[in-house]
Amino acid sequence: MSVKPTTLFDKVWDSHVIRKIEDGPDVFFIDRHFIHEVTSPVAFLGLQTRNISVMFPDRTFATADHNTPTINQHLPVEDPLSANQLKALEDNSAKYGISHWGLNNPKNGIVHVVGPENGITLPGMTIVCGDSHTSTHGAFGAIAFGIGTSEVEMVLSSQCIMQPKPKKMRITINGKLGKGVVAKDVPLYILSQISASGATGYFIEFAGEVFENMSMEGRMTVCNLSIEMGARGGMIAPDETTFNYLKGREKSPKGDAWDKALVYWKTLKTDADAEFDAELSFSADDIDPQITYGTNPGLGTGITKNIPLSTAVKDGGASYKKSLAYMGFAEDEKIIGKKVDYVFLGSCTNGRIEDFRAFATIVKGRKKADNITAWLVPGSHIVESQIKEEGILDILNEAGFSLRQPGCSACLAMNDDKIPAGKYAVSTSNRNFEGRQGPGARTLLASPLVAAAAAVTGVVTDPRDLL
Amino acid sequence: MAYDKFTILKSSAVPLPIENVDTDQIIPARFLKATERKNFGDNLFRDWRYNNDDSPKKDFVLNNPIYSGKILVGGKNFGSGSSREHAAWAIYDYGFRAVVSSFFADIFKGNALNIGILPVTVSPEFLDKIFKAIEADPKAELEINLPEQTISILASGEKESFVINGYKKHNMTNGFDDIDYLQAMKDEIKTFTANSAY
Ligand code: SF4
Repeated sequence: MSVKPTTLFDKVWDSHVIRKIEDGPDVFFIDRHFIHEVTSPVAFLGLQTRNISVMFPDRTFATADHNTPTINQHLPVEDPLSANQLKALEDNSAKYGISHWGLNNPKNGIVHVVGPENGITLPGMTIVCGDSHTSTHGAFGAIAFGIGTSEVEMVLSSQCIMQPKPKKMRITINGKLGKGVVAKDVPLYILSQISASGATGYFIEFAGEVFENMSMEGRMTVCNLSIEMGARGGMIAPDETTFNYLKGREKSPKGDAWDKALVYWKTLKTDADAEFDAELSFSADDIDPQITYGTNPGLGTGITKNIPLSTAVKDGGASYKKSLAYMGFAEDEKIIGKKVDYVFLGSCTNGRIEDFRAFATIVKGRKKADNITAWLVPGSHIVESQIKEEGILDILNEAGFSLRQPGCSACLAMNDDKIPAGKYAVSTSNRNFEGRQGPGARTLLASPLVAAAAAVTGVVTDPRDLL
Repeated sequence: MAYDKFTILKSSAVPLPIENVDTDQIIPARFLKATERKNFGDNLFRDWRYNNDDSPKKDFVLNNPIYSGKILVGGKNFGSGSSREHAAWAIYDYGFRAVVSSFFADIFKGNALNIGILPVTVSPEFLDKIFKAIEADPKAELEINLPEQTISILASGEKESFVINGYKKHNMTNGFDDIDYLQAMKDEIKTFTANSAY
């Protein structure tokens, strides 16, 4: 009997279904569960109310990130509400025997940065967290997605959630990315083509030369933004790049276990002839450095282009106009040369070492523009140490920049890192929603290179002019 | 958390004819600092609803007394953005039991169902009819019949059916949740882990 060709996604999904409910969701087993201080407390409260416990404490990992200050982390957290959430995470972890990397722990950092960097995330796993950018971990060939607090409670109490299997989409991009075009530009470009709801209901596999030639950091940036396309998540088949990245990480398998894992990991790919519910393809040649101009990540374009006319945009009606009004932009304006007030380098999208290296290539030998306030926030303490060891900090300091301490920071502005109302921020994070970076803040999403170019010129600048 | 059973809901509705209403608008991140589920309704649509000095913005629909009801009607791609269940809590705690749109973001839809809000997906044409009916009469009533899976505009009698899977429908009509279901499966889950790769 011939076996039906299957996709990478099918292989991982199907091997984690414990029960199929007729006319209902699958009972889906979760290998790894990340929790942080914001979306977990009510789930723990739920356990208490129902008088049930954590079924597999060693499959859950806690880190504090969303609410943490990014300066003076050695001092007590000033905001009493934030301090309370951090304390709750610590207490709940201790109570149920869950690993906890709190503030000042050398392993602490943004959940989607520390998971991969410590080898907790591995190919073929199912991974969830109460944060939508859990999709980041898909870069390793894992099925990873964000869940709500009710589901956090489900995973804590049973290691399962109830999920209908999403449809499958493959996005293939062949060719070679041009000068100044980096990983972040790829998903921003896809978003500009398919909109912020273009992949709703799907799980994406990214395939083709562009992703094959990308580093693990770059792949994480791509999968991170799959959620912004409306997809449940995105994944990339593991290959030598993946294995090299994982080898020797703290929690990666070692010795015989490594060899055994490798055999399994090599089976994790889409068979030739496997079918997808939707297939899209783009060419690397069409991708320029990208920047967004509106209030959802789908409203972006090549940096040298003008803001599109409403008539040229799908859904270009009232919502589009409202979006431009919020941004203080007009149709058909040039984006290059727009004044910028803030630059944010960081988040689980672009807070890894490669992002800091990229930023440094542009600021090296230049000076921070006077009108710019720059927040450079490493994704973890490990990234922070790398920045120092590699001499990047010296380059940044010489150019007039300083480094903050790890955390989510201005990505969601839950701590004090808020962009003031009406100000423009070129941000390497993932969301440009109204008020996302602070009430009234205006966000332009872009790559670390575009952020660096804005940081040294004070205006939106094509990074290719500075490379 | 237990929620009220949902069978037939007859109510006027609050219109929010905006597309891509994202979770940061439904509840901004700075209101996610609680460790209990309390009073989230107060901050529903906070930045659209209130000025910086906490005075209500007159032109926002929740501040307009002519609109009320247990049904929120939103534009396409409702609930996009973060996984925060707080968005669904805020809607529920404010007093809504159903949200109607022509398109919901996945995670929001799942969260809503998990806490007892019924997301009703209608065709773009029907959504338009609902907005028009409310525009003509702010007190226009809608009826959402979960057992029959229909939504109607009572004044005109126009009706459309909607989709929901049998499992979730059973849960909603009985006020059950998934945790009850999973607790009963623990042995099966243990057996599964004995042979899993991780
Ligand atoms: S950096 Fe932003 S997107 Fe990433 S985990 Fe933190 S809040 Fe979520």
